[in-house]
Amino acid sequence: MAGIDVVADKGKLSKLDEYIDTLKNKDGILINVLHKAQEIFGYLPDEVIDHIADRLNLPPSKIFGVVTFYNFFSRKPKGKYQVKICLGTACYVKGAGKILERFLEELGVQPEEVTQDGLFSVHPVRCLGACSMAPVVLVGERDFYGRLTPNDVPTIIKKYREG
Amino acid sequence: MPKIKSLEELMKIKEDAIKDLKLRQSGKRGKVIVAMGTCGIAAGAKETLKAIVDAINEFGVDDIAVVQSGCMGLCDVEPTVEVSLMDEEPVIYGNVTPEQARRIVEKHLKNGEIVADLVVKRGEV
Amino acid sequence: MAAVATNTILICAGGACISAGEESVKDAFKDELKKFALDTVVSVVETGCMGACNLGPLAVVYPEGVFYQKLTPDAARKIVREHILKGRVVEEYLYKGPEGEIKPQAQEELPFFTKQVKIATRNLGVIDPTDIDEYIGRDGYFALVKAVKEMTPEQVIEEIKASGLRGRGGAGFPTGLKWELGRKSKGDTKYIVCNADEGDPGAFMDRAILEGDPHTVIEGMVIGAYAIGASQGYIYVRAEYPLAIERLNIAIEKAREYGFLGKNILGSDFCFDIELRIGAGAFVCGEETALMASIEGERGQPRVKPPYPVQSGLWGKPTVINNVETFANIPPIILKGAKWFASIGTETSKGTKVFALAGKIRNTGLVEVPMGITLRELIFEIGGGIPGNKKFKAVQTGGPSGGCIPAEYLDTPVDYESLKELGTIMGSGGMVVMDEDDCMVDVAKFFLEFTVDESCGKCTPCREGTRVMLDILEKITNGEGTKEDLEKLKQLGEFISNSSLCGLGQTAPNPVLSTMRYFWDEYLAHVEEKRCPAKKCKALIRFVIDHDKCVGCTACAKVCPVNAITGEVRKPHTINDDECIRCGSCIEVCRFNAISKVSP
Repeated sequence: MAGIDVVADKGKLSKLDEYIDTLKNKDGILINVLHKAQEIFGYLPDEVIDHIADRLNLPPSKIFGVVTFYNFFSRKPKGKYQVKICLGTACYVKGAGKILERFLEELGVQPEEVTQDGLFSVHPVRCLGACSMAPVVLVGERDFYGRLTPNDVPTIIKKYREG
Repeated sequence: MPKIKSLEELMKIKEDAIKDLKLRQSGKRGKVIVAMGTCGIAAGAKETLKAIVDAINEFGVDDIAVVQSGCMGLCDVEPTVEVSLMDEEPVIYGNVTPEQARRIVEKHLKNGEIVADLVVKRGEV
Repeated sequence: MAAVATNTILICAGGACISAGEESVKDAFKDELKKFALDTVVSVVETGCMGACNLGPLAVVYPEGVFYQKLTPDAARKIVREHILKGRVVEEYLYKGPEGEIKPQAQEELPFFTKQVKIATRNLGVIDPTDIDEYIGRDGYFALVKAVKEMTPEQVIEEIKASGLRGRGGAGFPTGLKWELGRKSKGDTKYIVCNADEGDPGAFMDRAILEGDPHTVIEGMVIGAYAIGASQGYIYVRAEYPLAIERLNIAIEKAREYGFLGKNILGSDFCFDIELRIGAGAFVCGEETALMASIEGERGQPRVKPPYPVQSGLWGKPTVINNVETFANIPPIILKGAKWFASIGTETSKGTKVFALAGKIRNTGLVEVPMGITLRELIFEIGGGIPGNKKFKAVQTGGPSGGCIPAEYLDTPVDYESLKELGTIMGSGGMVVMDEDDCMVDVAKFFLEFTVDESCGKCTPCREGTRVMLDILEKITNGEGTKEDLEKLKQLGEFISNSSLCGLGQTAPNPVLSTMRYFWDEYLAHVEEKRCPAKKCKALIRFVIDHDKCVGCTACAKVCPVNAITGEVRKPHTINDDECIRCGSCIEVCRFNAISKVSP
């Protein structure tokens, strides 16, 4: 597991601490904090989990329990551009499987794996809620692509590769 | 903004908002509404929005507001764009690619002609 | 139906129309509507000048948006009798364009619009969701003022009970009753929660409402909080909906600024605020007890009911949980009254339901229709039927908790009870249409993969049972199934339904059981003849080239990823079956329809 450099990432940790401070008087904030931590670090390394355990006064085992329960949290780094392939029912009957295959083939990775240049990782996900546009792919947080055919895949990849 | 405490205060906002919705006092001749729900965006609404803004600058149409709304439910023909001009029935266009968006700006907003081949619906949703 | 579908007549009250006799026309509309007891369903609204002043008095009848000109009181009465009651446009008063041509009614060919009745989605696509004033301009927060200023909490609950509104998240529990239980529950702190964890694949109405009209959800929640006496609310929204989260945050901020949230709402002593909680990608969190665990920051695992959330919910306090669409219905009910709402829909299912149409259907999208509409109207009239001249096979409702309905039940009215009788559920309203190319065994397998993935692992029947069911389905689709496997599948399904802890497990076998019920022959074909009638299951099909049609263009050979196709240029090609991986690329590129799938 890739660790974090405690010195280099000090700024990131204090950013997380600042966020935790704003939630002081609220109940059940663990998941909010994990979202923020993943936003800051890109994933949830063990060191960060330990740090959160310290700050929230919770046993690390409990945090591991929560992190591993939810699909959204990852203990491994992800690509700069996360390609989420919707495998919901509508996308499934409209051929999402082929879109997924094409992405894996073009990028030469397995699901959840990061490409060597660190740019992409491919994640099959459950319904993205854009069923009318099936099949759908989401790159990053905001870029939705709908009504795709496998032949659209190289164009999408190219767009991000050239930044 | 002082907090609202009575029906009268709410009424006042409503009246102003209706005027605004109807574009009476906004100093604009009308507005273009781009449906920017997730499905619209998946169909390319962001590019459409950009094309509209570009075309409006290009053709010098400066009396039209460009605003966004949620999903109209017409996912099949996304991206959808509604053109709502003062004293005219609103027109909803479907399958508005950036090229078509440019056509809508030139024909409908600039020259006042409806782009018939793209019309999905007239009147309010 | 026409009476329900037509809900507004707009009359131009511009200066020219008034001088042409607008007022007597308006009175005639109102009198005639009253005569047919339509005055509560159809509203007559005066608007500003519509612009065609030389043709006044003018009126537009919505939802179709039909434009009438040169109206007289007689004309108005005729429009009510013909158009409103019978749905026929009155040609003689139709607005004609400047050149004398009849104004095109773009929507006349689109029952997509005319059959809809918009209550929960009334503002979608109409207002800017980031502008609270536009929401207020469409009567937003007037229901809240009415509730807080003119009604007691008990009266609010009575109104919701009388409306017959039932939960739109799936199970259909009466909302008013839930609120009453919440009100009566003892506790100094109470919570109200909006379940916006829309996880059913195929459903996206909640997303559309949150993105397009976040204030209606907030207003519904504040009214609910007032009714049950809650001081804190949570909206639990899935992380997959970033745009919804962004717009909710803006809306909550604005509602606070205007005093609809916070301390002393509208100057009363009622205090209430809302916090957003973001899910983290666990389907089971749509189950209410799991959702509460997740809000508390725990693993989202369900627990045994009772106690129900209204007795002991978040942090052990009484908690009322409603779904997004349910809340969106609250403000119109308070504003227009229970009677109006209850006049729409069927005996046991009142009001409307928003459906998400997806899959093999022409007009994919979001529609809101009165309860009791038939599946046929929904799929073939509003949805426009199946594209590509394909045959309708089934419609899947209720996501992984629901089932598939075959063609012979297309005339079933859509309501909670009828769908249950068919072995499926209303669910949150996702409808995925399937055609002749979809294999029902494969679809059942798809859903089982989903539940195996999403089972939280707490109880054995769901965790282990669904896994075994999936193994059996895989065996069948691989052509290795036996008749005993089908029996086992059925037994196991019933066992899991009866013994699982939460709704996810209890309903997980539904996709299998319902497809076995209606498509038994298809299952039999897989196990007895090793044949997939829809030609979908890869292990049971082969690709062949028809040598009479093949011209030897080499397109297929070029695209085949495993070089399984051989042949000389301008001579018929052949597929080597041992090497073929059944990817279907060759069929896509063949322009001579020479390649087909065969299943023995």
